[in-house]
Amino acid sequence: MSGSRVAVLGAGIIGSACARELVRAGLDVVVVDRGGAAGATTSHGEGNVLVSDKGPGPELELAQLSRRLWPGVLAEAEERTGSARAAEWEPKGGIMVATTEAGARGLADFAAGQRTAGVRIEELDADAVRSAEPHLTPHHTTALHYPDDGQVQPAGAAQVLLGEALARGARLRTGTEVLGAVRRGGRIEAVQTTGGRIEADIFVNAAGPWAGELSRRLGAPVEVHPRRGEVLVTAPLPPTVFHKVYDADYVGAVGSSAEETQTSAVVESTRAGTILIGSSRSRVGFDVRLRPEVLSQVARKALTLFPGLAGASVMRTYGGFRPYVPDHLPVIGADPRLPGLWHAGGHEGAGIGLSVGTARVLCDLLLDRPTEIGAAPFRVDRPAVLGGAADASAQGA
Amino acid sequence: MTARHTLVVGAGPGGLSAAAAALAAGARVTLIDSAEQPGGQYNRALPDAYAAARPDRVQHDWDRFDALRRRVLTHPRCTWWSGTEVWALERQAHEAAGPPTVHVAHGPADGSARRRSTVTPDALVLAVGAHDRVLPFPGWQLPGVFTAGAAQAMVKGERVVLGNQVVVAGTGPFLLPVADSLLEAGSSVIEVLEASTRGAAARGWLRRPWELAAQAGKGGELLEYGAALARHRVPYRFGRAVTEVRGDGRAEEAVTARVRQDWSVVPGTERVLPVDAVCVTHGFSPLLELPLAAGCALGPGPSTVPGDEFVTVDGDQHTSVRQVYAAGEITGVAGAPAARAEGAVAGWIAGGGDPGHPALRALRRKRDQGRAFARRLALAHAVGGAWPGWLRPETVICRCEGASYASVCRAAEGAEGADARAAKLGTRAGLGPCQARVCGPTVAELRRRAQGDGPAPPVPGLPAASPHHRPIAQPIRLGELAQAPLDAPPHGPVPDSDLGPGPGAHPDPDPHPDPDPAPDSGPHLPHSPQPPHPPHPPHPPHPPHPPHDGTKEKRQ
Repeated sequence: MSGSRVAVLGAGIIGSACARELVRAGLDVVVVDRGGAAGATTSHGEGNVLVSDKGPGPELELAQLSRRLWPGVLAEAEERTGSARAAEWEPKGGIMVATTEAGARGLADFAAGQRTAGVRIEELDADAVRSAEPHLTPHHTTALHYPDDGQVQPAGAAQVLLGEALARGARLRTGTEVLGAVRRGGRIEAVQTTGGRIEADIFVNAAGPWAGELSRRLGAPVEVHPRRGEVLVTAPLPPTVFHKVYDADYVGAVGSSAEETQTSAVVESTRAGTILIGSSRSRVGFDVRLRPEVLSQVARKALTLFPGLAGASVMRTYGGFRPYVPDHLPVIGADPRLPGLWHAGGHEGAGIGLSVGTARVLCDLLLDRPTEIGAAPFRVDRPAVLGGAADASAQGA
Repeated sequence: MTARHTLVVGAGPGGLSAAAAALAAGARVTLIDSAEQPGGQYNRALPDAYAAARPDRVQHDWDRFDALRRRVLTHPRCTWWSGTEVWALERQAHEAAGPPTVHVAHGPADGSARRRSTVTPDALVLAVGAHDRVLPFPGWQLPGVFTAGAAQAMVKGERVVLGNQVVVAGTGPFLLPVADSLLEAGSSVIEVLEASTRGAAARGWLRRPWELAAQAGKGGELLEYGAALARHRVPYRFGRAVTEVRGDGRAEEAVTARVRQDWSVVPGTERVLPVDAVCVTHGFSPLLELPLAAGCALGPGPSTVPGDEFVTVDGDQHTSVRQVYAAGEITGVAGAPAARAEGAVAGWIAGGGDPGHPALRALRRKRDQGRAFARRLALAHAVGGAWPGWLRPETVICRCEGASYASVCRAAEGAEGADARAAKLGTRAGLGPCQARVCGPTVAELRRRAQGDGPAPPVPGLPAASPHHRPIAQPIRLGELAQAPLDAPPHGPVPDSDLGPGPGAHPDPDPHPDPDPAPDSGPHLPHSPQPPHPPHPPHPPHPPHPPHDGTKEKRQ
């Protein structure tokens, strides 16, 4: 397998992480993107590296693997390129807050499950909450501290991963849109692009929320759809929020498949002093129109956690599209219908954090090595991914 | 009968004309401005609190402006929302459905509780204007360095004295009125530096003098400015620029140098001047966030400068979005007379006026003259391509975030950093409180230079990276955002007799010959101690259009 040619389609964080992992394993890698690197979903999110928002199961295992890998990946990139600081890695920890009795009971059950799966969780009493987050509402019922939650500046992190891949010999072709597959003997042997034909032995679909469209162009459709989210950014403030703080509702919204817009509070500060406030989830296709009502809902929920932020000035908002799969699990593996085509995506809002673990699993599968976690739940050959006609029409994106 | 509702954003010369014309056409009009008084930057009024005895002292065309302002504001079909900011535009699901819903916040921006409301008009006229562009140079971020626009706002709006040793520098006709306002307010101006060489300015101005004559019907105001400089013995120098400001915590010295036509510094010509304030301007940037948020197509407009962007409009000032019109500097920086003409056309059509009304011809002609003028202005005062030579690696490009020239170049050059948005997050240039209004065009230009054949194409499904992309057009507090918006404050009752166009309705709010059109951004021929040429040729050869004959019917 060493020396095989791999074309990674997509230069976001998933494509960048895959390129790095594959080139380290001795493969000959080209990364192709129709835009620039890290310019789409990767630069329109908060940079979550979370273990706290997942219940026991395969996605939590992938999150734990990724969390273990991140510090080493960044250290190695620093050694190679000296620029890993751009990732702004911040193992700041998360605090999950319930504000109702019912919410507290649900959170307790959820945390009990996580503990059995090895997630570190500390319950904070009132004093501990006050010292950890002095501006948090006193009207909370439970607050749990997840010391292993972290944050990166997502576009910076992607550039660090891609930068290392390029330093190790990978090539990058931006402004190159994939138009279709060239098959020979049932295998994909090349893609036609706006920049000509690109040949390879392996093609990795890492197109994020556009993975569905790309897979259709390649003739092997997978059910990956956009789910829109918005983030509010305040003007820089003196230190006010010290962890990633979110409402326990967040877990419910992440797991929901509802068509209507879901909002839940996620509040955190960045190194620049701005505060990022999320989050929303809307199934609106690739519609980029601003929805003030959604921003309003996000603001209301954030104020229930931090009433003191009412006077903070929101100076910017950005929205992006998460790659959504109907069963909420990533897709990592070979496409059974088209030999030579692989998929790495469908992480919804968790792709930044899950990128390095995903790349490791993909690389192990590709090289036929044992994987560090069970990879079967992520296989392409499952109904939610290959879909049925009914499922596809219901998405309508 | 329900009158058509036209919402006009911006109450400068363009917006005020639009409101007047839409009222003349019979529409119900809501006029919005963030200021407490109409006038925009051009006719910026002193706050009432100052009870200025002579507001005309630092004002152009005060009487005419005042009459128009009264007529619009007291009209029974007009609602005037002062101190109101449009913070977002919400596009309709289908563009054919018409203009976006306009989200506004009422009340002083620094007050504690602004109210939110929304309006969905039948037609929207955007006349939001421009702010002055400033190129970076070492030390430009120091306190004591003002954009000329900020300086003039302080002088006109608050009558502040900026300093006792002021240098006014940059390019374009805005230099003169700024210097004049400073002198009026009691500052001492050491010199006025126009970076364009005398030759470039003369070539731009003299190429087709008749176009100029049509715009600068008088030049009297220019002569006044020039006379003021002469009276105060303020030298006006061509081909010289402020290339650095130094000081310990604030501006103390300005380094000026002779520059060539491309604005490269002529070695050995540097001089150091002690200063306490420096006012700089390098032209104007149109405020495009609202047009962009409304979905309006942008294009080069009348400009031939690569990278310049304006709102694309047709002969009726209609943008690419149904029932959204644009007037004034956002369609091309052409000064107040053109803005007034564009506003009148836009307001008349947006208000449901007859698109075949004969008076529109004259208005369009004025507008076309304004655009021809804009092209000449751009030519005479083009920013020289070698200005980045003034920069050092550590020179601040983004004042809000302190991003350096070196960091912006590095982000544009590295293969993995070539995406504009990723570069913005990495360098933070443009992410600060001004949201790239100041540095956005500069960063875009530096990136264009670094990348040679242009940036990667935009990703379908995401808005193109644009220095004007600001979906939250004005900051809004989290607490204000959390409120549900009220329905727009109701209009007062409108008597039926006031609905619809009255007899003799006329789109031109000021249907007199334009005796006195010179604007701030108008054709201020520098009447310095040694003017390069007469302000306006006495006998323009072959005018392409007959001059205005002033026989139009009077309005109501």
